[in-house]
Amino acid sequence: MASSIRIRAKASGAETTVKALITHPMETGQRKDKKTGNKIPAHYIEEVKCDHNGKTVVTAQWGPAVSKNPYLSFKFTGAKAGDTLTLSWVDNTGKTDTETTKVG
Amino acid sequence: MQRRTFLKGSLAGSTVAVAVSAGLLSPRSVLAAWPKGAFEAKSMQDALSGLYGNASTTPSGDISIKAPDIAENGAVVPVSVSSKLGGISEIAIMAEKNGQPLAANFKLSANAQGFVSTRIKMGKTSDVIAVVKTNSGTFSARKNVKVTIGGCGG
Repeated sequence: MASSIRIRAKASGAETTVKALITHPMETGQRKDKKTGNKIPAHYIEEVKCDHNGKTVVTAQWGPAVSKNPYLSFKFTGAKAGDTLTLSWVDNTGKTDTETTKVG
Repeated sequence: MQRRTFLKGSLAGSTVAVAVSAGLLSPRSVLAAWPKGAFEAKSMQDALSGLYGNASTTPSGDISIKAPDIAENGAVVPVSVSSKLGGISEIAIMAEKNGQPLAANFKLSANAQGFVSTRIKMGKTSDVIAVVKTNSGTFSARKNVKVTIGGCGG
């Protein structure tokens, strides 16, 4: 299966901008299935962690109020082109995914 | 001998107290757990105290929130928070009138810049509040976003 994460990191001067898109339904647990009337169980990402060369730069803690297929962007200093950047997420059902990219 | 034991004990005790007050040993960072209580809180105050252990924030002009004035679709509201404040450790994004106001909290390491951007859901027109935790206190800023179609019912 293709990775659920698309990540791009761009260094410009001292600053590196990271942009990431994750494919995830982000169900709140409050929506109802229109056909059956049953509630759709909550399914959302709880934590996203981004490591630069093995050192955590940003940890995002999310609730169900983050939009479907979440987007995330942040900036940090101290990276240079070619460094590895790893982004991983864990959702409330224990599912997880990881993607690694190089700073460009 | 007894005096020595007493001194040692009090010294060790105060070191722990200092570490706790500096936030180094807060239960949250030790467990590194997802702050369930804060995300399930129904009010901003409860969410803040669940997250940072303190509900009071100081309004600050050094935090800027980039969000649309009118969001046509409440299911996807882009929100960017940037701040020039020094020593930022965490940035939280909340939508005041959501059933559960806390949308996201970002823990930033020392080399991360005071900038985060994401997309959140908003149930109705409300203020978006950015809370920035620094080593010199907790600051906040707000911006009103009008929502024409709510994003929580689906």
